[in-house]
Amino acid sequence: MIDLAEVTSAQPDLSAKRSWRSVKSTTMTGLMIASVVLVALPLIAVVWAIFGRGVAVAFHGFPDFFIKEIPSVARRAGPGMGPAILGTLMVTGAATLIAVPLGVLGAVYLHEYGVGNRFSRLVRFMATVMTGVPSIVMGLFIYVVWTLHFGYSAFGGSLALACLMLPVVIGATEQMLKLVPNHLREASYALGTSKSRTILTVVLPAALPGIVSGSLLAVARAAGETAPLLFAVGAATEYNPHLFEEANTALSIQIFGNATSSFVAAQDRAWGAALTLVLLTFIITLVARVFTARIASRR
Amino acid sequence: MHDLRGHRAYADGAFRWAAAGAAALVLLILGLIFITITSRSLPVFHQMGLSFFTTSRWSPADALFGALAFIWGTAFTALIALAIAVPISLGMALFMTQVAPPVIKKPLVYLTDLLAGVPSVVFGLWGVLVLSQHFGLGRSFLTAGIILAIMIVPIITSLSREVIETTPPGDKEGALALGATRWEMIGAAVLPHSAGGLVGAVMLGLGRAMGETIAAALVIGSALGQLTLSPLAPGNSMPAVIANEWGEADALHKSALIALAVTLFVITIIVNLAATAIVQRSMRKGQGS
Repeated sequence: MIDLAEVTSAQPDLSAKRSWRSVKSTTMTGLMIASVVLVALPLIAVVWAIFGRGVAVAFHGFPDFFIKEIPSVARRAGPGMGPAILGTLMVTGAATLIAVPLGVLGAVYLHEYGVGNRFSRLVRFMATVMTGVPSIVMGLFIYVVWTLHFGYSAFGGSLALACLMLPVVIGATEQMLKLVPNHLREASYALGTSKSRTILTVVLPAALPGIVSGSLLAVARAAGETAPLLFAVGAATEYNPHLFEEANTALSIQIFGNATSSFVAAQDRAWGAALTLVLLTFIITLVARVFTARIASRR
Repeated sequence: MHDLRGHRAYADGAFRWAAAGAAALVLLILGLIFITITSRSLPVFHQMGLSFFTTSRWSPADALFGALAFIWGTAFTALIALAIAVPISLGMALFMTQVAPPVIKKPLVYLTDLLAGVPSVVFGLWGVLVLSQHFGLGRSFLTAGIILAIMIVPIITSLSREVIETTPPGDKEGALALGATRWEMIGAAVLPHSAGGLVGAVMLGLGRAMGETIAAALVIGSALGQLTLSPLAPGNSMPAVIANEWGEADALHKSALIALAVTLFVITIIVNLAATAIVQRSMRKGQGS
């Protein structure tokens, strides 16, 4: 391209026009760089605020903040997000146990059995649409079918998150199944293995690292969800290790509740909880990256 | 003929049906969502009729539920978010695909992934305690629009990037060989080729912005009955109302909030259906050429 510019500028008639055009092109490139900066700035600002305000709260008298119960009176200063951390882990963990096996199984159908048929095309299309269902609608759906009948519990939240994760896991798994070379399947069939056994012992193990990393990204996203939990989990302040009974709580619910409080102590706890949540999702994402890097290096 | 595989064939069929069932779950859940929440919203429609959509007086104490202001607020914040996010996302996607060398491109992918990974409640917390207080914006449509813009930039950027990358290299090289500058090449080859897909990407961003709850609930200001064009006015959107009022709602009020969710669900499903169809068609076109 540079050579081209030199050749063109050697001709006097065109050079004036050319310079105006290249100024325009350079300006637009500058605007593109500016947009990259505009994307980076809020991320930096948010991370700065979380660490700036959260570290002092969360690590003061370590590990009090991560273990103690939440003060039941909002204006009282002092630590405690332990029940929320346990709640987030329980809700997200149970959601993962529901959504990942079902999602993988669904993707197996789409890619191994129903290739090209109308049903699988419809499911694939609707799965993409389903990723766009607002999370608060999912929360109200679970409220109507679960919470109304069984009351607040961590499991209700898990159901809502599982519904949100399902289409994401299906999509990620199908991408990974596409990468499994066909000759693996053919070699297995040639040994007289049935189709289901081939899928379970050859195809899925080959795609496993990718499925794990894709699922972990869905888990990280789900761990930060708030809206679907509001109607199903409740907002307890004490530890509740029972998955199916009684109101529970989660980090995201605590951040939402404390963010609009006028008490500085509550706002501090919100920042501490935000730091904890971000660290948690960061760890999950990091594990996912390690798995992704491993498959990348194996190929 | 005697089937030598016997019970193994039976197990094979069972597995196939289990897999098909799991796939069908997607359709089942979507259908159930619509049926269950619609049935729960009926009481408020018995009370209000269609004036639920056409009036904007929302007064739970008087059993009056007019959602027009919230529908407008949802559209207004989403449009502000798009106005901010679309140029930035397009600029970033073009930079990543047309300008940046691979060394820079990879960290930029991480950057958008990281931004997508920040929980929305954390953006909301930052919006309510930092952005609205220290930048003089207050809690308003504009503040909500800015926060929503930050949150939809990753999805619009990554989809636009995928669409733009399907531009045939021949088209781009042809434009450059005719003496086009980089920007002229983008205008002549990249944008016409990707236009459909880009529209789809923007619509998916619109769907996300309309459905985003928690961040909007925290920064939008929770004003009732505001039918205003002023971005600096405090307002409300459908998901924000649901999240903020659910706690103290009685039966009819809950029904009204669920009716808001039905409205939101129908609108976002329509937007997402159209967007997904557009994106998938444009991707197929890209692969075909």
